[in-house]
This record gives sequence, structure tokens and C-alpha cells, in this order.
Amino acid sequence: MLITRRAEFSASHICAIPGLSPEENYAIYGDESSPNGHGHNYVLEVVLEGTPDPKTGMIIDLKDVKEILEKEVVQPFDHRHLNHEVSAFKETVPTPENIAIYIWNRLVPYFENSQARLALVRLRETDDLYVEYDGSVT
Amino acid sequence: MISITRRYPFSASHRLHIPALSEEQNMELFGKCANPYGHGHNFAVEVTVRGELNPRTGRVIDLTAMDHLVDASLIQPMNRRDLNRDIPEFSGELVPTTENLISVMLARLQSVWPENFPQLQRVRIYETRKNTFEISNL
Repeated sequence: MLITRRAEFSASHICAIPGLSPEENYAIYGDESSPNGHGHNYVLEVVLEGTPDPKTGMIIDLKDVKEILEKEVVQPFDHRHLNHEVSAFKETVPTPENIAIYIWNRLVPYFENSQARLALVRLRETDDLYVEYDGSVT
Repeated sequence: MISITRRYPFSASHRLHIPALSEEQNMELFGKCANPYGHGHNFAVEVTVRGELNPRTGRVIDLTAMDHLVDASLIQPMNRRDLNRDIPEFSGELVPTTENLISVMLARLQSVWPENFPQLQRVRIYETRKNTFEISNL
């Protein structure tokens, strides 16, 4: 059975490879490379897989999941500039793909010895764009 | 596996109607969708691709290139159009149901999909808030 918990954060970013000209970055990232940055209301959906405990009827205590998301995602990202304030994105371009992978890597240890397995993270950057990552290579 | 999903809105009209049948038979088959002058929807088509992350750009696909491709092959020809009259695939006997529309859209995408693009994984059309159609595991 799958259960999905949602969290939201608002953050700014710039998608640009250091060392490339603004024109070269625009060719890769379009408006996402706008030099002074811009922001999104990101929506994160974390999909967990498990079997309900026969006694509690719950796959996992969602309060715990909420606290993990708050600590690992919302507090470090919300109302921050990802390039300047999240150390992982000083070198890595904060595309939604990279943000989703980074979030997956932060969350996955919490679910390694847990009743629920981390199955998927879905990161919505706008209403028109989302990425999904399940930890596998291909 | 990392995937990215992009949503493209378009508005179009259609009429579900088989000329060889009587008006009564069409009404029985298609209900209000067979009303004589057609009707319209705010559709949205979602295109999902999956592939490997380009480590340099942090992207799965060149989104600008995909946007241009989808815009040229699907959105420009269909947005603010009448599917029955303006779309060649529906000039014959093919009824522009959204099931047929999604097959037409997928065929158009596959015919122009560049070899160097990551794999097309799913196409989904939202016809209304209540009706969604998709072809997946491509």
C-alpha cells in the first residue's frame, strides 16, 4: 500500500552553470537562468510503501514523517535562496531534477529500518512541471 | 529512474458524432457530446519522459527543445481549433473522442521525437477536471 505526504516550501533559485555566459545558460535553461534569480512555490510529495500494522491500522506514524520533512526539507529550503543558502547547490545546479535527488538522498536513511519504504519523491516546481525520482539509476 | 512531466494547456472544440448513424443513435451513443454544433474544453496534455540525468546540466531533457517540439506538433495546430474540422486525422471517420485524440497526439509526437531525446514514458490528457486519459509504459 502507498501513502503520500505533501510538504511545501517557497524558495528562489537560478539555473546556470558557473563559467558559462548568460547566453549559453539561456540556451540550456531558458528563463530559469534569469541572472538575478526567481522563485517558486515548490510542492513535495513523498510516497511511502508498506503494510498497515494490524493493531494501529497505520503504515507509519505520519507525525514522524511530517517531522522528518520539516527538518530535512522545509526548514533548510523554505524562504531561502537555494543557490546561496543550501550548500549542496553552491556547485550543483538547482534544477528540479537535482533538488528531487537531493531530497531523496536526505530522506532515504530515515526509511531504511522503518515500517515504510521510501518509494518515490515527486517535486512540483509549477503547476506545469514536476519531476519524479525513485532512487534507481535507470 | 528520474522522470520529468510537463503540462501544456490547449482549448479546443469537438463533436462526437458518427455520420452514418441517425441523430437518435448518436444521442444514445454520445449523449450531449453529440449536440449538433459541438462544444469545447480547456484541455491539458501532459508529456512524461524518463532518462538519465545529464550531470553537467542537471537535466533529464532539453526542456526548451521539448517545449518547441510539443508546441509545433500539438499545441499550435490544436489550440483554439475545432478538432473535427481543423485536424486532418479527424477529417474522415475517426471520431474525435479524447481516447482517439490521445492516440493522434502520441502518433504525432512519436513521428517527430528525436533519437537523442530520452524515452517518452507517458502521455496524459485532461479533458475536464473529471475526465483524464492516458497511455503509459511507452
